[in-house]
Parts: sequence; structure tokens; C-alpha cells
Amino acid sequence: MSIIYFLIGCSVLLALVFLVAFFWAQSDGQHDDMYTPSVRILLDDKPAEEIEK
Amino acid sequence: MSVITLNTTTCYHCGNDCTDDEYVIDDKDFCCHGCKEVYSILSKSGLNNYYCYNDHPGANRAKTDPKLDYLLEPSIVKDLVEYADEDVTIVTFYIPHIHCSSCIWLLEQLNRLKPAIYYSRVDFLRKQVNIRFNNTEINLKGVVELLDLIGYEPLISLQDIVKNQVFSKKDDLVRKIAVAGFCFGNVMLLSFPEYLGFSAHDASFKYFFGWLNLVFTLPVTFYSGWGYMRSAYTNLRNKVLNIDFPLALGIAVLFIRSWIEIITNTGAGFVDTLCGLIFFLLIGKFVQRKTYYHLSFERDYRSFFPVAVQVLSEEGEKHVPLANLKVGQRIRVRHQEIIPADAILLKGDARVDFSFVTGESVPVNKTLGEVIYAGGRQMGGAIELDVVKPVSQSYLTRLWNNEAFNRNQDDRIETFNQKVSKYFSVVLLVIAIGSFLYWMPSDMHRAIASLTAVLIIACPCALALSTPFTMSAALGIFDRNFFYLKNAAVVEQIAAIDTIVFDKTGTISIAGASNVDLAGQLTAEEKDAVSAVCANSSHPLSQLICQYLGPANRDTHVDIYNEITGNGITAQVNGKSLKLGNGKFVLDVGDTKVADNGSLVHILIDNKYRGYFTIKHQYREGVYDMRKLRSDYNLYLLSGDHNHERSNLASVFGNVGAMYFEQSPQAKLDFISDLQQQGNKVMMVGDGLNDAGALKQSDAGIAVTDNVNNFSPGSDAILDGRSLAKLPAFLKFSKDALHVVYASFVISLLYNLIGLSFAVMGKLSPVVAAILMPLSTVTIITFTSLATHLAAKKRKLL
Repeated sequence: MSIIYFLIGCSVLLALVFLVAFFWAQSDGQHDDMYTPSVRILLDDKPAEEIEK
Repeated sequence: MSVITLNTTTCYHCGNDCTDDEYVIDDKDFCCHGCKEVYSILSKSGLNNYYCYNDHPGANRAKTDPKLDYLLEPSIVKDLVEYADEDVTIVTFYIPHIHCSSCIWLLEQLNRLKPAIYYSRVDFLRKQVNIRFNNTEINLKGVVELLDLIGYEPLISLQDIVKNQVFSKKDDLVRKIAVAGFCFGNVMLLSFPEYLGFSAHDASFKYFFGWLNLVFTLPVTFYSGWGYMRSAYTNLRNKVLNIDFPLALGIAVLFIRSWIEIITNTGAGFVDTLCGLIFFLLIGKFVQRKTYYHLSFERDYRSFFPVAVQVLSEEGEKHVPLANLKVGQRIRVRHQEIIPADAILLKGDARVDFSFVTGESVPVNKTLGEVIYAGGRQMGGAIELDVVKPVSQSYLTRLWNNEAFNRNQDDRIETFNQKVSKYFSVVLLVIAIGSFLYWMPSDMHRAIASLTAVLIIACPCALALSTPFTMSAALGIFDRNFFYLKNAAVVEQIAAIDTIVFDKTGTISIAGASNVDLAGQLTAEEKDAVSAVCANSSHPLSQLICQYLGPANRDTHVDIYNEITGNGITAQVNGKSLKLGNGKFVLDVGDTKVADNGSLVHILIDNKYRGYFTIKHQYREGVYDMRKLRSDYNLYLLSGDHNHERSNLASVFGNVGAMYFEQSPQAKLDFISDLQQQGNKVMMVGDGLNDAGALKQSDAGIAVTDNVNNFSPGSDAILDGRSLAKLPAFLKFSKDALHVVYASFVISLLYNLIGLSFAVMGKLSPVVAAILMPLSTVTIITFTSLATHLAAKKRKLL
């Protein structure tokens, strides 16, 4: 049963990695603008010659 | 099959109706030269996709180009840009026109129009674009010109809202929540075996889990929850008992008791309750903080005044930042520009629109040597003025020196939470010490257990959450109805008021919109003649008549035109002589009486009196329903305008003592503070700079605006003009929201009583605490959001 010590250690470490990842995203400004990227992803980078509607 | 042909074409760029068919390229119609120009620029650069994502994405470009020379002045540029070195400049502009995906797309393709712009990125909700450009190839003025050329004119103001937002975002609430959530999740996992009970040979796990839990209490208490400790401490030092005191006490007791229990191996501690408590409290804080990125509640005159003024001196013309303008300097003010400081007119034809200052939109003519007050907008040619007062001491801007603008806005009304938590803390301490004293003689251990248990269980988590969750639900309801509140506390401010003061122009009447009526008969030919004459004049009444009659037939030629300022127009049209204007001018009688319900324009054609136009101000929908408010509130009208409409509005505001006309901005502020001194809680509903002082002084200032992105003075709430009719419902709903808070307070007290009955016996087990705390929280959240929505339904706001 002492494997539980190891497993708990792993799970806490993994959770810590996610927490640090979140911190990094936060300080990187990824949560500053929560709306525009959702529109931007639908726009084409290079326009096709006159998209016909 | 019949073919339906559309008679009117709409502009391919901006969607306005095309009245002329001379602007056509690539089989596409445009309403004006400006729109056509934008299209041709974009199509040359291969940016036609702009028109594919949305129909008519552009802004109308009919108006003239702004003067941007001031952007060459290094001292001004320095204030506007965020970063600049030898070759790169970074700047963020606020562009009100950003409204669709096409806007995002085009503004992020600036590089294809001007390669010197490396990078541009749009923040849609804030309506901002961040631009980085090579400043050796293009200067700031060039960038702004480019934006203006494609129809995205940035709004550049001295009170730079863009920068303010950047600096005010230094807050790590989200981080604190992340840490608390992380610890809460792990602690729940580690505490679960304890709930089920350990068997004898698993006892080593119990010790291990306990210690691991203790490690998690450290970041939760000393990082996430530290704000409560600090706030409770400062409040105690100021001899105030607020809700943070019992919360901090609860946190401290939970922390200490958990450590002691686990270290001495006498119990499992309350680590899960501690983490959950702080996590939920922070969530409540987060919910309460709603931000409207596109709105600003803090603007003052500086966002309205020009960034720079053209100063004339012997060395020539120079653009000077507004703050550096000195008494005695000679300035030039052009058409549509605002006069920044009280000044004497030296040269030119001054026609000044004082609608910001007085609400009266008819321009006033000024003669040479006369003092013109700051805040007026010059309508006509360029004028030259001599500054006689510094900007901050001028007629309108002096208002901002009033103490109303300097006092702290947050503590105007004692909120329910503040009122209750005083008593709550006292009662809590009495019960805790009481149960301690009761057990002390017989069982010291139990006495301490019951003391700490009371402090833990009575920790007013649910109480602390009831206000944020109710108010944020209420804010959401208001938001749907185009009523934007600065923060959650404003709901309580609105619920507490008993007196409402309205401004007139722009608030209850729609600025610009008027009802024109013709009394008398005119032939079609005569109507054309009148319209053609009025089209020559920029006087608002002429413009309204022109709109009413429609554009004149092309064969109508105005041969002689003579406008006598303040009186009327004489003209010769197709051989007919016309005279339009006020009674004294046209009829040549000493009658200067103004019609009660608006303005009169008399018509004389070939020396025959043909009737008159009545031009009434138009009221917003629902203004007459405001009279129903009179049973519950004192209503007042404060207008900077003349009293033409006194009789129209008497049915709303009742007796004569409730309406005041020709009020200066300072007088409005004083009127509000007089009402407050009589013990009234006053709400001011206004618009424009002339109400800015009154809005600030009042207990709840509401700015009414037709376009929420446009300027509105500093206020507690911004109301879209379309929703003014719902004001009575808003007022009732704010009271409902307060009742929901009361009810949830009772519910949280019930939970506390249940918990206390365990606690005073000294028998609080960690499991009970761990169940009660989240259960009460969930109940409160569900109850408040359901009840708030029901109340909104009842008031027909949903």
C-alpha cells in the first residue's frame, strides 16, 4: 500500500504543474482579451480573391 | 413573374441610402466621396474581404477630415504613446467604430496598407487597437491619418482611458482563486478517507494526509485569504466592525485549531472547511466585480476637450497641450472645435454652441471683445481668442474643483452588509464567550472546543456571499435592459433614494429630434423655396425645417440670401421674396413672445403672411409615465434651458416649485446638495458636462446617453436613452434585490443556528462543518439567483 505515497506525490505534482501553467498564462496576458480570439479564428489570413457570398 | 426593382440603393461601404448615383465603381454604389475613397484604397491593397464578412461594415465618411497637426508636437506624442525608442513606437488607440468581425480583420491587416506598421491587434470588447510601427518611416500623425482614411478615426483624449485601464488591472484576485481552488481540490481528496474512517493498519496514512493538508493551509491562509486578515486588522484599528472581522476570526481559528489537532494527533482538523471557505469567499468577490470594458464611468471634461490648442505667437503657430495653456496666450479655434478656456474674442465670426454648458442647442453669436466661456463649440470659421483664465479655473471646468469630485465615492451609503455585520460580530462574540464560560468550570477541554467551534461555524460565509451573488445577478438584469451600473453597490444606492432630479435636454428630451409642424398652407413650389433657403443656413431651426420639408427641387435657385443672426433670413428665390424668422423680425411687431411648447418660425412670402412652423422638442418614450413616480418619490426638473416647455412638463413634475430653468452647472450641483442637506437621498438623471457636478454630488448619478460608447460624464450608472421608460421598473427592482439579500440573510442565519447547536455543545465534528459550509453556500447561490430572476420577471425586465 505504500505505493499510495508515491501516487499522491505524483498527483500533487501534476496539479502543481497545471497551477504554474495557469499562472504563466495569466501573466502572459492570455486572459486579458477573452473575446477577440474567438472571432479572429474564423477570419482568413490570406483572403481568397473575393469570397462570393 | 414580375421583377421587383429597389428604388433606393444603399452604400456598399456604410449602408446609408444613396441619394446621388454619381459615386459608382466596380458596379458598387456609394453614398459619398469618402466612402468610395475607402473602398478604392482597400480594393487596391487587395483587402476586399473586408466587405465579405459583414454587410456595410464601414463608417460613413461624409464628414470632413479632422486636424491632426498637433500629433507632430513631441510633448503631446510623448503623452499618447506607450513605448518609443529609436525605431519602434507602441501605441494603443480607442476606436469607437469597432463593431464587427470585418473591423477586426481590417485593423489587423494594417501592415498591408503601410508596411511600416509591423503589428496591430484589436481588443474587441474594449474597442482598442494596439499598434507597433517603425517611427523612422511613419510618424504618429501618419498612423492616425491612415486609420482615419479607412474610416476608423481614433478618439484621442487627454484623459487617456486606454492607459488608465492598463494600470488599474494590477490585481491578483484570479491568482488567489486559482491557488485556493488548487488547495481546496487537493484537500478534499486527502480528507475524504477521514470521513469514512481509517482502519487500524491505515493509521500511518492518516498522519501523512494530515500533514499534507497542513502544507496546503499555508498558501490558502497566507496568500489567498490574507486580504481578509489585513482588512479586518485595519478596520479594527479604525474602530469599525465590518464583515471581514468575523471572517478573519473564522479563518484564524480554523487555521490554528487544524494545526494543533493534527500536530498533537488529536483530530483531523478543519482544513477542508478552511480551504472551501476562502475559495467560496473569493469567488463571491470575483462575481461582484463586473467590468464593462467599453464603458467609462470616470470621465471628466478632459475627455471632451481638445488634446492640444493652437497657440499664436510672434514665432508663429504652435500646438500646445491643453494643460500648458497660459493666461494671455492667443489661440485659434476652428470650426467644430471646443473653446478650452474662458477667452476674449479678438478676431473672426464667433457662433458658439453652448449645449454642453447649458443644454440649449441653438448657437449664440458673440461680438468682438466679448468673453466666451469655456466649453462652447465654435460653429463656423476660425476665430482668434485671448485666454483670460487658465483651463482649470474656467467657467465650466471650475466645477471639477468642487469637493464633490474629491471625496471618496464608496462610503456614501452604508450597505446592508455593513449594518448587519456590526451586530453580527457582537452577537457572535457573546455566544462564543458564553459557551466558553459555561463549560469552563466543568471541562476546560470542552470549553475551548466549543469556543473555537462557535467561531468556525458562525463564520458568515453565506452572509458574505449573499450580497455579491444577488447584486451580480441584478447587474446582469440591468445590463440586459441597457442600464449599466458602475458596481454592485450602486444597486443599494438606487434602492435607498427618495428624490429624483431630472435634467431636460438630452435626458428626457431627445437632443436634436424635434417635431416640426406647419400652421398654414404652402404650395409645393413655395415649400421648395422655403426649403432651399433654409438649406443655406446652419441654424438648427432652419435645419429642422429643411428636414421636415425634404430637399428642394433642383430648379429652385436662391438669388439673394441674407441671414440676420438671431432673427431670421431674407431671401429671393425664383423671383419671390421670402422672409423667415421670429415674430419680431417677420411681422415687425414688438411681439417677442415665445411659444410655450417650442419655437415658432414665421413665413412671409411676397409680403404676405403665410403661417408659421412650430418646432417642439421631442420627449423620450415614457417621460409622461414618470408622473407615477410622484407617489413614491419627490421629482424635480433642473434645466439649463429656457422655460418654453414648462406647461408641457407640468403634468409630470406637478407644482411649479418642482421645475427650475436656466440653471448653471454650479447651480445644479448646489441644488442637489441643498436637497441632501434636507435629509433626502437624491438621484440625479442627466447627461452632458453641464450635469457633471450634479451627477457627482448626488447619491446616485445616472447618465443618460443615446450611444453608450459616446461621451458621458462621470457617474454611477449609464442608462441607454431607449430604456428611460423602464426607470420606474428599475427603481422597484433595485428594492426587490435588496429584499432578496434580506431573505438570504435569514437563510444563512438558519444554517448558522443549526451549526451553533452542535458547536455550543462542543461536539462539532469536521464532517459536519465540511458539509454545512458548502451546503449553505450552494443554497444561498441558488436562492439569490432564482429569486432575483423571479423579481425581474415580475417587473417585466426579463
